[in-house]
Amino acid sequence: MEYFVQQLINGLALGSIYGLIAIGYTMVYGIIGMINFAHGDIFMVGAFGALIVIVGLGAVGFGGAGVLIILALLAAMLIAAVYGWALERVAYRPLRGSFRLAALISAIGMSIFLQNFVQLSQGARVKPLQPMVDGGFVVMEKGNFAVTLSYLQIIIVVTTVVLMAGFSLLIAKTPIGRAQRACEQDMKMASLLGLDVNRTISLTFVMGAALAAVAGMMFLLYYGVIDFFIGFLVGIKAFTAAVLGGIGSLPGAMLGGLLIGLIETFWSGYFTVEYKDVAAFSILVLVLIFRPTGLLGRPEVEKV
Amino acid sequence: MAAIDYPQQAKESLLAGIVALALTVPMMGLRTTSGQDGMVIDIRMGDAALTALGVAVGHFVISLIRQALQQRSPKETKTEKSARLKSVAIWIGWASFAFALTLPVTLNLTENLGLHDKTRYYLDIGILVLTYVMLGWGLNIVVGLAGLLDLGYVAFYAVGAYSYALIAAHFGWSFWVCLPLAGLFAAFFGVILGFPVLRLRGDYLAIVTLGFGEIVRVVLLNWYQFTGGPDGLSRIPRPDFFGLPFKRSSSEGETFHQFFGLDYSSIHRIIFLYYLIFILALITNAFTLRIRKLPVGRAWEALREDEIACRSLGLNPTNTKLTAFAIGAMFGGFAGAFFATRQGFISPESFTFIESAVILAIVVLGGMGSQIGVVIAAAVLIGGTEMFRGLEEFRMLAFGMAMVAIMVWKPRGLLANREPTVTLNGDKEAKP
Repeated sequence: MEYFVQQLINGLALGSIYGLIAIGYTMVYGIIGMINFAHGDIFMVGAFGALIVIVGLGAVGFGGAGVLIILALLAAMLIAAVYGWALERVAYRPLRGSFRLAALISAIGMSIFLQNFVQLSQGARVKPLQPMVDGGFVVMEKGNFAVTLSYLQIIIVVTTVVLMAGFSLLIAKTPIGRAQRACEQDMKMASLLGLDVNRTISLTFVMGAALAAVAGMMFLLYYGVIDFFIGFLVGIKAFTAAVLGGIGSLPGAMLGGLLIGLIETFWSGYFTVEYKDVAAFSILVLVLIFRPTGLLGRPEVEKV
Repeated sequence: MAAIDYPQQAKESLLAGIVALALTVPMMGLRTTSGQDGMVIDIRMGDAALTALGVAVGHFVISLIRQALQQRSPKETKTEKSARLKSVAIWIGWASFAFALTLPVTLNLTENLGLHDKTRYYLDIGILVLTYVMLGWGLNIVVGLAGLLDLGYVAFYAVGAYSYALIAAHFGWSFWVCLPLAGLFAAFFGVILGFPVLRLRGDYLAIVTLGFGEIVRVVLLNWYQFTGGPDGLSRIPRPDFFGLPFKRSSSEGETFHQFFGLDYSSIHRIIFLYYLIFILALITNAFTLRIRKLPVGRAWEALREDEIACRSLGLNPTNTKLTAFAIGAMFGGFAGAFFATRQGFISPESFTFIESAVILAIVVLGGMGSQIGVVIAAAVLIGGTEMFRGLEEFRMLAFGMAMVAIMVWKPRGLLANREPTVTLNGDKEAKP
C-alpha cells in the first residue's frame, strides 16, 4: 500500500510534466492539423533557458531560491516563446496549405537542427544542477519505508493545475481564445471575418512553447540533469499522451499526460524499468485500436 | 516588372537579424559549463552576434536571389513543366545508372593515374548511398505508392539485420540462404505490426509506427541473451562470392583471388559489396516499377488518392495496405541483412529513430513516388553530409537545415511525380 501511494505521487508529478507538453501538441494539432515534431525540442530549449538563468543569476550572487525559480521560469518561458515563434515562422508558415508530409518533414528537420544547435552551443555533456527545493512531508510510514511527498512535487502539481485552469479560461473566455477556436473550426471563414489567422497561429505556437518551457523547468528541477537529447523521448511520450487523451482536446491532453506518467511509474515500480517505454507505447497502440479518437476526442467525421 | 525594393529588403533582413540575436544570445552567448563548484556561465556574446549577423546577411542575399528568379522565370504551364521534369528525370536516371555501374572502374583508373588515393573511401560512401537508395525505394512502396506514413521503417531494417546475423551465426548458412530469410522475417514483422494498426489513418499511423520502431529498439537493447543487448552482435559472417571467400587463404578450398588468378587485395570484397547492394537496389527498383502496373500496385495508388472511393468499389483496404506494408518491410529486411554482412557488427545504436527520419526524408525530399528523386535525395543528403566529415559537429546541423530548406523551397520534393500510371483512353494530359 505504501509503495503504491509513493508510486502514485511520483506518477502524478511526472504526468503533470507530460501533460504540460501535451497541451502544446494538442493545440497545434487542433489548429493546423500537423504534428509539431519539434515541440519536444522546444521543451528542451526551455529547460536549458531555465538552467542558464539559474546558473547565471546564481553566479552574480543572487539569493533566494523562491525568487530565483520564478525569475528563471519567466525567462525560460520567454526564451522558449521566441523559439516557438521563430520555429513557426521559418519552418511551418511557408508550408501552410501545401501537402501534409512536407510540414512533417520540415518539422523533423527543425527538430534535428535544434538538437544539434543546442549541442553545439551548450556542449554535449549532461548538465547537472544541485537540488534547489529540498524536503517534503512524510505522508505515511510503515516500518522503515516512508512515503514522502516532496515540496518540489507539490510545486509541480500546483503549477500545472494553476496553469491548466488559467489556460482553459483563456481559451474559453478571452478574445484570443475565441480567435483560436474559430481558426480551429474553419480557417478560411475566420480570415474572411477579419481575423488575423497568421497572428493567431503564431500565438498558439508561442503559448504551447511557453507551457513546454514550464515543463522543461520542472523537469530540470525534478531530475537535476538535462542534456540536449531529452526533448526526443519526452516529446514522443507527450505526443502519445495527447493522442491518448484525444488530440485537439485540452482536458484530454492533461488526462493523457497523467495516464502516461502513472503507467510509466507503476510499470517501472512493479515490473521492469527497462521496458517502461514499451509499456507506454503499447498502451497507446491498444487505445488507438479500440478507441481511435482517444479517450476524450471527438469522433472524426470523414467527408467525401 | 517591379524593381527590387532594396530599403524594404534591408529592413526585413535587419528584423530577421534581430530575432536571430534574441534566439542566439541566451543559447549561444551564455554557455553553461562545469566549473570547480557547480555550473558556471561562460560568456560568448561574440559567437551569438556573428551568427545573428550571418542570419541577417543570408536572409538579405536569399531574398534578393528569390526576387530576381521570380522576375526572370518565364511562365510555364503545368503540363509543360511535368513533361520537362519527366524527360530530365529519365536522363538523370540513366546517367546515374551508368555512373553507379562504372564507379569502381573509374575510381580504380583515376587512382592509377594518381588523381586520388582513396578508392576504398569513395566506394564506402557509394555503398552507404546505395544502401539508403535501396531503403528509400523500399519505403517508397509504403509511403509513396500506398500513401501510408511510416515513421518506424528502421524496425524492419533492424529485424532484417538481426535475423541475418542470428541465422548466419547459428546455423552457419551462407549469405544467399540467409538473405531471403531475413527479408521474409521482416515481411512477417510487417504483417504482425500492420494487422492491428492499419485501420488507423494519417498521423495516428505515423505515431504508432514510430512507437513500434522504438519498441523494437528497446527490446533489442534489453533482450540480452538473444541479441547481446547494447553490446550488439559481432563476428557476423562475411558474404562470399558464390562459395569463394574473400580471404588471403582458406583452409577449405580456393579463395576468390586464387580462383580468378588475381593478386590478393582487400578491395575485392568492397567492390563485391558495392555491386551486391547495387543489384539489390536495382531489384527493388524493377520490382516497384513492375508492381505499379499490376492490380495490387494500382490498388495502392488508388487507396492513396481516395480511400472511401476504393472501399465503395470493393477493394479491401486492410489487405491492400497490408501487402504494401509487408513488401516494403521485406525490402527493408534485405537492406538490413546487407548492412549486417557489410558491417560485421550490429548493435541497437544503428537503428534509432533518426534513421527512420532520414529514410523518410529521402523519400519525401526526392518527391513521393518518384524513383529517381530518391536517388538524388539520397546522394545529396547522405553523400553530401558524408563529404562534410571534416566538420563533424556541423554535419547534422546542416542536415536538419537542408531538410527544412528543401521542403520550404519545393514542398512536393525535388522531382514530384504523382500522376496516375493509368489514364482513360490513353489520355496523357492530366485533367486540371
